[in-house]
Amino acid sequence: MTPQAPLTNPLALIAELTHRCPLHCVYCSNPLELTARSTELSTETWSSVFQQAAKLGVLQADFTGGEPLARTDIHDLIKSARAAGLYVNLITSGLPLDEPKLAQLVDSGLDHIQLSFQGADADTAEEISGTKSHAQKLRVLEWLKKVRVAVTLNFVIHRRNIDQIDEMLKIAESSSATRIEFANVQYYGWGFANRDSLLPTRAQLDQSLIKIKAAEERLRGKIRIESVVPDYYAKYPKPCMGGWGRKLMLITPSGEALPCHAAKIIPGLQFANVKDTLLAEIWRDSDAFQKFRGESWMQDPCKTCDRRAIDFAGCHCQALLLAGDPAATDPVCTLSPNRPKIDAVLTAINSPTPETAVVGAGFTPPSPRLGTDSTVDVRPEWLYRPNPT
Amino acid sequence: MPIDLDSTPRLAPGVRLGQNNNQQVLLMPERALRLNGPSLEIVQRCDGKRTVREIVTQLQKLYSKAEPAKVESDILGYLNLLQDQRALDFE
Repeated sequence: MTPQAPLTNPLALIAELTHRCPLHCVYCSNPLELTARSTELSTETWSSVFQQAAKLGVLQADFTGGEPLARTDIHDLIKSARAAGLYVNLITSGLPLDEPKLAQLVDSGLDHIQLSFQGADADTAEEISGTKSHAQKLRVLEWLKKVRVAVTLNFVIHRRNIDQIDEMLKIAESSSATRIEFANVQYYGWGFANRDSLLPTRAQLDQSLIKIKAAEERLRGKIRIESVVPDYYAKYPKPCMGGWGRKLMLITPSGEALPCHAAKIIPGLQFANVKDTLLAEIWRDSDAFQKFRGESWMQDPCKTCDRRAIDFAGCHCQALLLAGDPAATDPVCTLSPNRPKIDAVLTAINSPTPETAVVGAGFTPPSPRLGTDSTVDVRPEWLYRPNPT
Repeated sequence: MPIDLDSTPRLAPGVRLGQNNNQQVLLMPERALRLNGPSLEIVQRCDGKRTVREIVTQLQKLYSKAEPAKVESDILGYLNLLQDQRALDFE
């Protein structure tokens, strides 16, 4: 038997306050089945969750959604998380904000705001989010200059906007941001459904990495840049959530505790709910958090691999999607017997078809100019995230 | 970037002290840094009023058994680390 890994404390609590959102992004990380408003947790329950989390050792709370500002009690939630001793991050589209509302959030104790961008210009952003939102985000950046709060600009990167890195940097440099995240779309859930329209080409990715590296050097001490590459192009998998049940805990709008955003797609997992179970108990004992802790569940090639304490076999949801088994080695790993499935996707994306050739050139909108060959319809068929009722 | 001894470091917006299991930590976006005795002494003096030079002098007194040049280079090294994390504003 492999010895069980010692139990660590969770460091961050991802609080999915609601699935309601004015955007309808084609790569949304929310599940395909969204939670309705009527089953969302009350202010009091969230407040209790924050207290329990802080006692467990959690340092930071990430308020996310959906759009967390859709909660009318957002100020009380920020205050109660701060009162519990947590550092409060708000991940927002910025759409519901105006200048007084923003000032109020900061007065309530907000430490850090992450403003998500769907592109560097209005057309790209609108295509991706199905909403006119870009101009509002630029207004929010101006208001942010007048309040004292940490600002991260979060650019969600994919084939349609990866050629806009320079323009994205310009937006960040003329703002009060101290941090930029270039986060490539992850291919589960909505992202997986739209993968063939979202995955960048290798040439695009390489070009973007050169630009990001140069910017890191140039902006050192002014803006901290972090980037997450699409793991399809990596040699080894990323450690899923820093290791399953090791650092992070996600609470859904209705109170289920998940080890990762997408965990609900894994069949057979039981999720405890904060409405009837203590957070410490869920963290320590629940079926879902135990499932991929330690190493005893690992398969070949992971179970004897030197990297197993680095990447913990990678992403289980990706293993389920592509290998049909959540305990299998993440198929993005070049040591996985399923890696050829990833390579086949990459080959298709990188072959010089009319679509990739034109899209790779830059800001070209999806239609009708894309189709150079009248027999091939290359317009992307976006699957949009709906809004829960 | 070299640290200017006459500049006045101050914690950047959204960077603050916190506590976790009776341990002092410096909280910042997506990060938390454990603070031991000397690092806490440094961070507490990054108030936008004291210059780096003043912080150095104060800590050289506080840690009078240590080699003054070593104290200075340790402080500058630590401020550099915080600057790379974008945890400080230098005014």
